[in-house]
Amino acid sequence: MNAASLPNSVSAIESAALRSDRFRLEREADWQRLEAIVTRMEKGQLRRLSDEDLLALPGLYRTVASSLSIARETSLDAATLAYLEVLVQRAWFVVYGPRTSLWDWLRGFLGGGWSAAVRAIWIDLTVALAVMVAGVAVGWLLVAHDVNWYHALVGGDMAGSRVPGATPQALRGTLFGDSNQPGMSVFAAQLFSNNAQVSILAFALGFAFGLPSLMLLVQNMASLGAMLWLYSGAGLLVDFAGWLAVHGTTELFAILLAGGAGLHIGRALAFPGNRPILQAASEAGRRSALVMTGVVLMLIVAALLEGFARQMVDQTFGRFVIGGFMLSLWCAYFFAFRGNLGKVRAA
Amino acid sequence: MRRSPRSRDRVLTTPEGISVPVTVGSRGSRLGALLLDLTFISLLIGLSTMALILMAGGVAAFEHQIGQKNALGHALQFLVIVWIVIMFLFRNAYFLFFELGPRGATPGKRISGIRIAARDGGRLTAEMVIARNLLRDVELFLPIIFIVQAGADSGMGWLAAAGWFAIFLLFPLFNRDALRAGDVIAGTWVVERPRRKLEAALSVSRERTPEPGAGHHAEAPARRGYRFEEAELAVYGEYELQALERVLRDDRAQSLESVYQTIAHKIGRTDGWNDERAFLEDYYTQLRARLEAGMRMGRRKADKFSGTP
Repeated sequence: MNAASLPNSVSAIESAALRSDRFRLEREADWQRLEAIVTRMEKGQLRRLSDEDLLALPGLYRTVASSLSIARETSLDAATLAYLEVLVQRAWFVVYGPRTSLWDWLRGFLGGGWSAAVRAIWIDLTVALAVMVAGVAVGWLLVAHDVNWYHALVGGDMAGSRVPGATPQALRGTLFGDSNQPGMSVFAAQLFSNNAQVSILAFALGFAFGLPSLMLLVQNMASLGAMLWLYSGAGLLVDFAGWLAVHGTTELFAILLAGGAGLHIGRALAFPGNRPILQAASEAGRRSALVMTGVVLMLIVAALLEGFARQMVDQTFGRFVIGGFMLSLWCAYFFAFRGNLGKVRAA
Repeated sequence: MRRSPRSRDRVLTTPEGISVPVTVGSRGSRLGALLLDLTFISLLIGLSTMALILMAGGVAAFEHQIGQKNALGHALQFLVIVWIVIMFLFRNAYFLFFELGPRGATPGKRISGIRIAARDGGRLTAEMVIARNLLRDVELFLPIIFIVQAGADSGMGWLAAAGWFAIFLLFPLFNRDALRAGDVIAGTWVVERPRRKLEAALSVSRERTPEPGAGHHAEAPARRGYRFEEAELAVYGEYELQALERVLRDDRAQSLESVYQTIAHKIGRTDGWNDERAFLEDYYTQLRARLEAGMRMGRRKADKFSGTP
């Protein structure tokens, strides 16, 4: 309140007939100041706000919120009440809006938020891992039992020259000797885009109580199992594992996380425990969203490894080294690294 | 599914314990917002694709050169990567980017006058926005993938897609708050953005009528005014008071006239003839003073039918 308008407003307050009008006139200046700040923030003009205004915002918000609760009990001026309700609502949106900048959020995310979220869904990860292993075994056993399953499990585009009855030389050719192939960077970008959509799918399908997520995992892993059987028949099991390990340790890990995140949501919906179901779902959803953001990052890494590292390292031992290194890196990051979570929580 | 507009009003409790009324966004405005956003996205995709093709020097030359292992081939490969990344971002980051902003709304939502908010009254966090938008992809685009994969003439494909639509796209129709699956997962909801038209409400008409001069403070209450007896004020309650407030604010001679007639008839006064506005203003002020005094003592009178406080 500035000095110039003081005498004027004092006389207005004195002359106001009703106690509720005096109440309003005494506080009007605060309300209007808050409204001006909120309007500017809504327009996205944060930079043009002065520091005092920004500092005053939380205090003003509480003042106006308490004005509203007093006015509700003492005033019958419908216009003032409606004005205050809208103002409190707008200020609430601003005060409790998404406040963290993308950069701060990312720092908290990488510095502990992500790995904590992964650890928090460990039960689901265990289940998803078991399902994936089972899927591989099922794929292998089915194809070993009847070769025709191979075509059902491994789609035509994906199989290419990797079909039952192919010579070991032909199969070997699919594993080695790509190092001079052009267009690998494009291939990597495509792989990433495709894998990211698949894992988002695995996550989102968790909404149907997690069952479709598990089915998707089984289906993908079964085709892997079928291919393992094929290469093992040609005596190339170790080479195939190496070829896969370069990016596969990262990619399969990411798919495991996505499936686990989907399962986590499905489990919260099916068994919410003591919490209301909507609350359980949203808690699980937020945790899973963190995991999923990380999955997209992991898939970028996997695509880079697949598009470049696998072509450049053309021998099995080197591939195992890269794949093993990535696997231990992820495991250490997720399960050993505690990060600065304490600081992030406190902030 | 038609309901009265009132049924979309909710009360939300902020962390300070203040209850704030909000209005859940209507399903129609949400559909409109979605269609607008999809239009914007496809426009952006179309424009950026065209720009990239232009940079590559046309499609025909592009297909010829892409496989070449020279500088041009590498440049074209780079353009393809840029294209793939842009497509991915448009599909997934468009909603994220805008909903994380201070307005909590994509351009389509902003035009439709709605925004997202946390359902529990707390802070809207980045995780919530991410979760609700990850699911959007599946809700919207999966049926299309079903049909493409199964072939357009496959009955099963259409059946699966129809089932999907029935579950997810119609999901908001089957719950009170019009939540879609992504909102359930994220703990968010879509509410109407508060309108700003009430800004002018502070200039209350009542204030300008007395307009006490500099030296007339003492005389101000003694101006020619209407005094109403306790019995004359006791006939009306808060509901009538607010109706009267609306009439005074609208300030239309015709409705002032008829409201004056009603009140004057009810309390048996005739002295406000040709001075309806002043009469009604005084009646309003004194009625409000009486009702507010009752309120302070914990006695409220909702309308003319409820008992005298």
